[in-house]
Amino acid sequence: MHSIEAKGLSKTYDNLTAVDNLNLQVKEGEIFGLLGPNGAGKTTTLLMLATLIKPTSGTAVVNGHDVSTEPGDVRRSAGIVFQDPSSDDILTGYENLKLHGWLYDMPGDLMEERIREVLALVDLTERKDDRVKKYSGGMRRRLELARGLMHRPKVLFLDEPTIGLDPQSRERVWGYIKKMAHDEKITTIITTHYMDEADRLCDRLAIIDKGKIVVQGTPKTLKKGLGGDIIRIKARKLNLEDLRKLACVKKAGRCDGEVCLTVENASKNMQEILNAAGTVESVEVRTPTLDDVFLHYTGRDMRDESPEGGWAERVMHMRTTK
Amino acid sequence: MSDLKGIYALWYRETKVFLREKSRVVASIVNPILWFLIIGGGIGSTVSISGIDYQTFIYPGVLIQTVLFSSIFFGVYIVWDRKIDFLKEVLVSPMSRTSIFIGKVLGGSTDTLLQILILYVIGYGFDSAGLLPGIRLNPATLLASSIIILVTTAGTVSIGLIAGSRMESPEGFQLVGSFVIFPMFFLSGALFPVDNLPPWLAPFVYLDPVTYSVDGLRAVLIGTSTFSFAHDFTVITAFTAAAIIAGTYAFKTMKV
Repeated sequence: MHSIEAKGLSKTYDNLTAVDNLNLQVKEGEIFGLLGPNGAGKTTTLLMLATLIKPTSGTAVVNGHDVSTEPGDVRRSAGIVFQDPSSDDILTGYENLKLHGWLYDMPGDLMEERIREVLALVDLTERKDDRVKKYSGGMRRRLELARGLMHRPKVLFLDEPTIGLDPQSRERVWGYIKKMAHDEKITTIITTHYMDEADRLCDRLAIIDKGKIVVQGTPKTLKKGLGGDIIRIKARKLNLEDLRKLACVKKAGRCDGEVCLTVENASKNMQEILNAAGTVESVEVRTPTLDDVFLHYTGRDMRDESPEGGWAERVMHMRTTK
Repeated sequence: MSDLKGIYALWYRETKVFLREKSRVVASIVNPILWFLIIGGGIGSTVSISGIDYQTFIYPGVLIQTVLFSSIFFGVYIVWDRKIDFLKEVLVSPMSRTSIFIGKVLGGSTDTLLQILILYVIGYGFDSAGLLPGIRLNPATLLASSIIILVTTAGTVSIGLIAGSRMESPEGFQLVGSFVIFPMFFLSGALFPVDNLPPWLAPFVYLDPVTYSVDGLRAVLIGTSTFSFAHDFTVITAFTAAAIIAGTYAFKTMKV
């Protein structure tokens, strides 16, 4: 039984296909990542699963409820944390949680108990009576995470959960997410464009590009799927064809004036490669990262992608860089 | 009925925010005072309207001006609110869009009414200082005036919410000011009597729902009016009912 199952999910705007025939299944208690550059359709997918955007075609079932026909049931059983803040900064942390309890029609006693519980979980108990305005970006994200958990959702949707946070806050947020998913069996879907986040946090992930899933699997199998280690060589008079002839070389290509190879068991076959490469100026060997996986399947480097251009993002950017 | 607490939450939030944002309250009452003192005092030095001191004459108009600006901008604000503020959290809750709309209307109306209460106090002060000859401020008239204002505000908040629900970015803010708020204000007869207008202007004035709010307020607070009170109240109520129905529909079809 899957917590989330999407079949042929698509969303088109006028002449743009934001999400194209997407199929995915997420198991209970799993942290599933939607990884891709900005504009790939991750957030649209997430918002369709959270019933905030109606799919143009296809279906999705969340906790046994169809997102199109039973949006109310989906919402009751799901929690969501947005990329942009959605708490009121003039109110205190506690007041924001109380409003959430009312919006979800929670009985008073239960509400107070859960507020204490989630505040403790994200270590904000001592700051609960401060206005959210005085919180740091990380504290605000933690508050919103706590809020998303207050009504004990079975599924949690997190849109870029650590965007704009400092490394320390990111670690903490990851810690809470893992704890909730693995201890409380809360199925979690996150969108991210951070490779390290996807790698560290997700049990499984789907790489999305231009509205389509290009590949999915665990971070480990995806990286293994490349078939070996990555070697970058800078050498004079290097002949790609000579390298391609070697049995251990899975893939060879030029990148930024150097040569990038995917090589089976690099440490063992290094001598052979260096011989074939000729006069080597520099060489770099590393195990593959999700960046390489992305490059492999899309032919593009994800780090080259330009940031998103919506006005809300621009405003937020201005606010955070002030 | 499970949405009642949610509606309360929306109302609670608006009221809290209003009471905490002192600068907003100050800004919202300075403007009417300027209108009253400068326009009222300046024009009033040479003009009186059928025997009524001009400053007294525009007091109801200034109240309505506050209603228009405060309530419509409150509504239009959801263009931000639903993207980078609290409304987004409300839209993902199990609450129905109709309930969310009702909560927003109640919250916005409360905001506006609180500002009006402050203007009553200021009016009382001016009256004591002899600046409002002929005004009738007592519990009965203030209650009647508040009812007119409340009904009007529910309608104008709805207009703002409809505009905000259709807008994709805050660039349209100015447009709402120029094409909705200012025409509604100027046409309402807030600053002039509406019973002897040039024929090209009269139809526009009579089409403006707020004209009837100003007229109703004048009937109550000054004792002069163009239409009967029942006529005024019927028109305002019909306008507000229509705006609420349209607003509910706008919210149901609003994109996040």
